[in-house]
Amino acid sequence: MTGHDPAEIDRHVKVYITVFVALMALTIITVVISRFHLPVPIAVSIALLVATVKGSLVACYFMHLISEKKLIYAVLALTVAFFIALLFLPVLTVHDGFWIRG
Amino acid sequence: MDIPYTVEIRRDTGLTNGKIGIWLFLASEVMLFGALFASYILIRTGAPTWPRGDTILNVPLATFNTIVLITSSVTMVMAWASLARHRFGTFRLYMGATILLGGVFLVVKYFEYSHKFEMGLFPSTNNFLAIYFTLTGLHMLHVIGGMAVNAYFWGPGAKLWKTNPEWFTNRVEHSGLFWHFVDLVWIFLFPTLYLL
Repeated sequence: MTGHDPAEIDRHVKVYITVFVALMALTIITVVISRFHLPVPIAVSIALLVATVKGSLVACYFMHLISEKKLIYAVLALTVAFFIALLFLPVLTVHDGFWIRG
Repeated sequence: MDIPYTVEIRRDTGLTNGKIGIWLFLASEVMLFGALFASYILIRTGAPTWPRGDTILNVPLATFNTIVLITSSVTMVMAWASLARHRFGTFRLYMGATILLGGVFLVVKYFEYSHKFEMGLFPSTNNFLAIYFTLTGLHMLHVIGGMAVNAYFWGPGAKLWKTNPEWFTNRVEHSGLFWHFVDLVWIFLFPTLYLL
């Protein structure tokens, strides 16, 4: 985010407060859902979905990613691609590592 | 010689050097934590049984710490907003609160860790505790690092405000980006380790 127009900053502050309330509500929702002891695949999906929403709120508004320059988006797109590849590496080990044994 | 592009925007990147620098650093941090998350998935999916986090860990304390860290993110961004509105006194209050909240997070973590050690639960006890201590330990080091940088800007580093307020505001924005990243990591660690 560049440029520090006071009126714009005031608008941002209101957004920060709204995001803060949303993050608190989502934290409570995460804990309440975990008490239902849902089957693991469903519990993991819901927990990660809520965490992704919370993470996106932090990144978009507190880290100002919603109004950043193209170069930062490019850097992050590359990072996300490698991050997803990294998270899927364990998939190669299913069936006793059939996919990596050759 | 002055450091170039601390305040003025580079024409080719559209950014100050500090801004692009901190984002590149955060990209490397994503990969660092990504590798550990991938290890967690590998170890968990490969284990015949895996304990639910809430049977071993203290969920109320971790929920409290989540609230503390989210609140510290808000105070951090308000510290930057205060500088952008040329209110140095308010900046000091918000930045002080951010550092204090970081301290509260660490104290709670200290009690969590010491309780585990008293119960004879160590990283060597099982894979769950090994990954728990590794991920939360690395995260804690990041909290300590962020607190140190924030404390510098609250204290001696704040002298820059008198000579070059815009540069100081940018510096606080960059340390804020790191602090929000630390919060973001915890947002994923909390359900992964404590609730699933």
